[in-house]
Amino acid sequence: MDRLSSTSDFHAWHKQLMAELDNNIPLVMLCGGIGCKAMGSEDVHRAFVQAIDKLGLGDKVQLKLTGCHGFCEKGPVVVVLPDKFFYPGVKPENVEDILQQTVIGGKPIEDLQYIDPASGNKITYEQDVPFYAGQQRNVFRNNGKIDPVEIADYVQHEGYSAFVKVLQAHSPEEVVKIVTDSGLRGRGGGGFPTGLKWNFCRQTPSDQKYLICNADEGDPGAFMDRSILEGTPHAVLEGMLIAGYAIGAECGFIYVRTEYPLAVSNTKAALECVRQKGLLGENILGSGFSFEIEIREGAGAFVCGEETALIASIEGHRGMPKPRPPFPAVKGYMGKPTNINNVETFANIPLIMLKGSEWYNAIGTEKSKGTKIFALAGKVKNTGLVEVPMGITLREIIYDIGGGILDDREFKAAQLGGPSGGCIPAEHLDSEIDYDNVQQIGAIMGSGGLIVMDEDTCMVDVARYFLEFVQSESCGKCTPCRVGTKKMLQILQDICGGRAELKALDQLDQLAGNIKKGALCGLGQTAPNPVMSTLRHFHKEYTEHIEERKCSAGVCRELIGYSIDAVKCVGCGACLKACPSGAITGERKEPHVIDKVVCTKCGICNSVCKFDAVDVR
Amino acid sequence: MVISNMPEITVRINGRELTGRPSQTVLELALENGIEIPNLCHDPRLVPTGSCRLCLVDVEGQRAPVAACSFEIAPQMVVKTETEEIRAIRRSFRELLFYEHTGVCTTCDENGDCKLQRYGYEYQLADEVFAAGQVAEHRNNYTTGNAALRYDPGKCIRCGRCIRICQEVQMDHALTFKERAGDVEVTTAFDMPLNDSTCELCGQCISTCPTGALYERAALGKGQCKDLKRTRTTCVYCGVGCQIDLNINTAKNEIVRVTSPIGCVPNDGNLCVKGRFGMEFVNSSKRLTSPLIKRNGEFHEATWEEAIDYVAVRLNEIKAAHGPDSIGGLSSAKCTNEENYVFQKFIRTAVGTNNVDHCARLCHASTVAGLARAFGSGAMTNSIDELPGAGCIFVIGSNTTEAHPVIGLKIKEAVVNNGAILIVADPRSIDLVQYAKLHLAQKPGSDVALINAMMNVILTENLCDMDYINERTENFDAAAAIIKDFTPEMAAEITTVDADAIRRAARIFAQASSSSIIYSMGITQHTTGTENVLSLANLAMITGNVGIESAGVNPLRGQNNVQGACDLGALPNVYPGYQSVEDPAINSKFQQAWGMDLSGKKGLTVVEMMHAIEEEKIRALYIMGENPALSDPNLNRTRKALEDIDFLVCQDIFLSETAEYADVVFPSVCFAEKDGTFTNTDRRVQRVRKAVASPGSARDDWQIICQVATKMGQPMSYDSPSDIMDEIASVSPIYGGISFDRIDTLGLQWPCPDKDHPGTRYLHKGKFTRGKGKFHPVEYKYPAERPGKKYPFVLSTGRQLYQFHTGTMTRKSAVINQVSPTGYVEIRTEDAKKLNIADGDSVEVISHRGKVTTLAKVTDNIESGWLFMPFHFCEGPANMLTIDALDPIAKIPEYKVCAANIRKAGGRN
Repeated sequence: MDRLSSTSDFHAWHKQLMAELDNNIPLVMLCGGIGCKAMGSEDVHRAFVQAIDKLGLGDKVQLKLTGCHGFCEKGPVVVVLPDKFFYPGVKPENVEDILQQTVIGGKPIEDLQYIDPASGNKITYEQDVPFYAGQQRNVFRNNGKIDPVEIADYVQHEGYSAFVKVLQAHSPEEVVKIVTDSGLRGRGGGGFPTGLKWNFCRQTPSDQKYLICNADEGDPGAFMDRSILEGTPHAVLEGMLIAGYAIGAECGFIYVRTEYPLAVSNTKAALECVRQKGLLGENILGSGFSFEIEIREGAGAFVCGEETALIASIEGHRGMPKPRPPFPAVKGYMGKPTNINNVETFANIPLIMLKGSEWYNAIGTEKSKGTKIFALAGKVKNTGLVEVPMGITLREIIYDIGGGILDDREFKAAQLGGPSGGCIPAEHLDSEIDYDNVQQIGAIMGSGGLIVMDEDTCMVDVARYFLEFVQSESCGKCTPCRVGTKKMLQILQDICGGRAELKALDQLDQLAGNIKKGALCGLGQTAPNPVMSTLRHFHKEYTEHIEERKCSAGVCRELIGYSIDAVKCVGCGACLKACPSGAITGERKEPHVIDKVVCTKCGICNSVCKFDAVDVR
Repeated sequence: MVISNMPEITVRINGRELTGRPSQTVLELALENGIEIPNLCHDPRLVPTGSCRLCLVDVEGQRAPVAACSFEIAPQMVVKTETEEIRAIRRSFRELLFYEHTGVCTTCDENGDCKLQRYGYEYQLADEVFAAGQVAEHRNNYTTGNAALRYDPGKCIRCGRCIRICQEVQMDHALTFKERAGDVEVTTAFDMPLNDSTCELCGQCISTCPTGALYERAALGKGQCKDLKRTRTTCVYCGVGCQIDLNINTAKNEIVRVTSPIGCVPNDGNLCVKGRFGMEFVNSSKRLTSPLIKRNGEFHEATWEEAIDYVAVRLNEIKAAHGPDSIGGLSSAKCTNEENYVFQKFIRTAVGTNNVDHCARLCHASTVAGLARAFGSGAMTNSIDELPGAGCIFVIGSNTTEAHPVIGLKIKEAVVNNGAILIVADPRSIDLVQYAKLHLAQKPGSDVALINAMMNVILTENLCDMDYINERTENFDAAAAIIKDFTPEMAAEITTVDADAIRRAARIFAQASSSSIIYSMGITQHTTGTENVLSLANLAMITGNVGIESAGVNPLRGQNNVQGACDLGALPNVYPGYQSVEDPAINSKFQQAWGMDLSGKKGLTVVEMMHAIEEEKIRALYIMGENPALSDPNLNRTRKALEDIDFLVCQDIFLSETAEYADVVFPSVCFAEKDGTFTNTDRRVQRVRKAVASPGSARDDWQIICQVATKMGQPMSYDSPSDIMDEIASVSPIYGGISFDRIDTLGLQWPCPDKDHPGTRYLHKGKFTRGKGKFHPVEYKYPAERPGKKYPFVLSTGRQLYQFHTGTMTRKSAVINQVSPTGYVEIRTEDAKKLNIADGDSVEVISHRGKVTTLAKVTDNIESGWLFMPFHFCEGPANMLTIDALDPIAKIPEYKVCAANIRKAGGRN
């Protein structure tokens, strides 16, 4: 069936597709997300294609290069249906075995099985992998299951049913009400109630309204939006269609980073499919509702994730924020009412429409509903994207899903919310994670970047790192952000360099407060957060840097020195060979010595030493 | 704009109850009521941007301080501007600005006028926050080598006002920020040198810069702002009448820079390149400083007594021998109203003839003639500040953004910000075309056909305003009879404009809420100039667009005081206030006022006088501040006449091309050295004030004239220009209520018949000046000269943005000469290719009357078969080529159409 021109066309097509679906044929789902691609999944894919051909399995197995499975740490990931055999780190040479033993034979291959780092047990099935077991994959339900672009695949998995249901059964007001009742809050970071936002835009009278999907994911470490657009772009398109219908827009934009080539190409391809099917364009399915979506690629400015800067960028101007009010819902793109939501927010919409606001409302805490995707990174065993219900504790995420701290060291803090967020110390490991709690602890939900830090992390250095990021990403428009963060950064550099006095902390505190109150946009207003939260939770580290000129974590180069413990050193010569500045001397099998004048404190000796003989202090 | 019936909003600021308007910001309301809130990035001309964050205030109910500049007031809002928290934040941000700011007040030109300096002082910031001593790194930037501007990133506070004014007001989009965070700097696209960018050198960026980061390069080191004296006066270039402040270093008697106050009428602080950078001529060493008498072909300095004696004796001799009508006078659209009044009075009394005219003859004579016939008043019907309110603006034969740049801004504002529909009819793709919904590129000289066809559509499609036509006009049927024949298809043949485009233009014009016609030389400088104007008057009346706000027929006057020179009777047929010399009642009124018999016979016009010299009917010419040796058509003929004339007196600030021919030259003072008034294009009489002392023994024009008249036996004397204005008011009803007292801060628009009259914003409200608006049937006629085999091109002349008229003033400006050093001829790419002419080639342009050598500017902004030359350049004077065929009614020459040929210089033909 070609172009669909009515809802009954759609239902007929859907019925036909479901009839074609054969769940008995084994399905190999190979992750084609950027993480797994980087680990070689394209080679693995090629190997599968060749092997299937070679073994003549063409009609006995289906192969899909899917979107991201989330467990990026262990890529390339393969899951074999119907049993959901789970194989991490698959290499091209494993492919024939998987086909013959698992696909045909229905048996696991022990050597390829995942070993749980916590228990040391081998795990056969995907659902038993602790990384997945603790998750509630709603938004991600199709990521890793379907071909990202192929519309038929999406429709077979309930795709566009929500949109068609909306067209048939709901007025725009009802849609806004359902979203409002669901309790969904903006996943871009601010946590503003989505239904309320839609309603503002819907209520503003205008001849033209616009809808924008914010896919300018810029937080270092966060990549859930990329993953959704790469893996299930149709979910975002469907969410946008529903939103466009609800607010009365006929034109939508997806503003996506140009550094996300796969997300861009998959979304473009998906758009083409939807357009061809008649689910996008003039008079969709004969409903009278018309909607178009354009993709605009951003040039990689962090600030363009801010609504008004993003709009300026789409308009063709330099991406700089504007004062609010007027809010985009009143005066946005080209001065017309504009509704902006984040990728993850849109991806939630079809689910809410299908399952109802009550179902959605049942997940999460009192004020934060549904699931949230976190990008788990840092010193944790299982890194990747995890989707969990609101209200989960940090401990559950880090220890149950993440498998605990790398090398089983001590947990020190988790940085949540990217550069605008804050550091959460161990004492809050058991706090429930939702928008409001997180804010109380001194962090923000942000887009869900979660960086785990262990005892070897210097919190002053962490604050410096994030401020450096913000300072280089400041658009330079408003005084507090442009100059204020620069001044703060200098103070932090002085502290890390042992050049600061105690009054610097007051200065830092005052500046941070003023910038927070006075900066023009969200970027500036939240820029001091990492400093404020570390000052609050790790004040001692700051005073230690200033008063004792000491960095206990051994990170701040100007405050540390490297030496070799003559007792532990066996004179293997590894450090001598590795030292790039020639600072290490010593005879073979004799303790070596570091010349502190020549040493550049790069730390390579420490990392190559197998005998823990390098002292850092 | 005066807006009544707007709901009022009551707000409390610092406990004071204040009343504001909807969409007014907290800052606007506070400033309006004298509540100081510090601000750096605010300029009322710009959209608030909230970048400096100094104007943060506390608004009850808001979780954080808000920027007063962008936060709109709401009913019952409670605002506090000076809480402890607010002051702490402000102090902190000021410190940050100084922390970034390198440069020291002691060596900064902006010292005294710098807001940052003021704010630093106010909070008594500690020395340690100043980055003093750090010298900004001297890296090249986009202004390096530019004669007009200097950008110093060390003094820049990144408020973006320069960029915003360039985008939002000037709409030039020349400037942008580059880099991020602390590395942010202002620059052009790709850091290209300013003069290679889209910059028009308006200097608006300097005008809005709150610190000394952007400054006139030529003004650097010539005096700090705190030591400069500002004198408010009226710009001396085009007819817009921009209000300017001449910033004077009094010790050196030197104009250091030109500024303009935000909020002033009509320009709101905006200026163009000429107004801001074109005043170097005042200080020029080439100024005349002493009277000159020519003996044996050479000029010799003379005393004033000697020179005045000589002129009086010679004029009296000629008058006695050949009668008063053998003497003619050219007054000046550059001089003040008072001087024009005195000059025409001198010619009419001391000489005794009506042979007085001035350069309006060459620009808007057809307007004065045409609009007087149709409406009864030959001036802009509406005001400049009504343009932004227009529903449709029809620009025909006016390159507004170049010839009247500040009015150009208003048109752009109307289109871009207010949604007005712009229709441009012009043979060239002028700048405004990019803002236009429709561009009708009519063939030069085909305007009547185009306008008649538009009316044809309006009639056929019943889009005319019949009520208006019946109630307020006469002679409609006669015009309609002719219009009937001008179908769009027929007009398409004559004009080369697509018939459907004519239809669309007609519909837009007729259906808009109000439609304003803007025109200029493209309409007037034709042998059919008066008829062109009459057609436009017909078009406006047929759609009911005269006598209402934001509509009308609006001729843009070209010279600073061409309106005033006409108003004050420097015309051969009327006394001051357009009172006919041939009307016996008027004549006797003036005889009584001036105490002598006056000629009741109308005199000769500019070009007629030149032609009369050939017939020895004119034997002496007295020229005050005009340069016909460059500005008149068919220069070979004009120059021959100037050479042949018995006696020529010139009164000028420079030894112009014309003064070279004179027997006596009087040095006069320029606009910056005298008091008086100019009347701008929207009939506003505005003050001119003395800012600097004049060079040498130069004298005021009115004083020289009075002295010559007195010497000739007709005593004339006044105490001051104000005194002269009082006499003007007594004899000229349209100026009846105008006096220097009343226009001290804001000019008045005539008609202003009595001392209590507020002036007139737009004419013909309720009733036309002449009673009923009169339709004139206008047939299409060909131009006087049409291209043929030998001269296959149509040549038009006109202005360009940077230079002005014969260049006597603008070509003394280093800034202007850097960007516009030479003359040129525009030719379309394909024509140039055929003739093997490349851009920048030296070419010869030839007509029946002469030949000039100039440079080729190859462009697609002009249609094939047409040439365009600016007339400012004495080294390739376009008027060597132009034809001196005249409009039979207005006697204006046809500068816009003559037949010409072009070839590569040095080649054979």
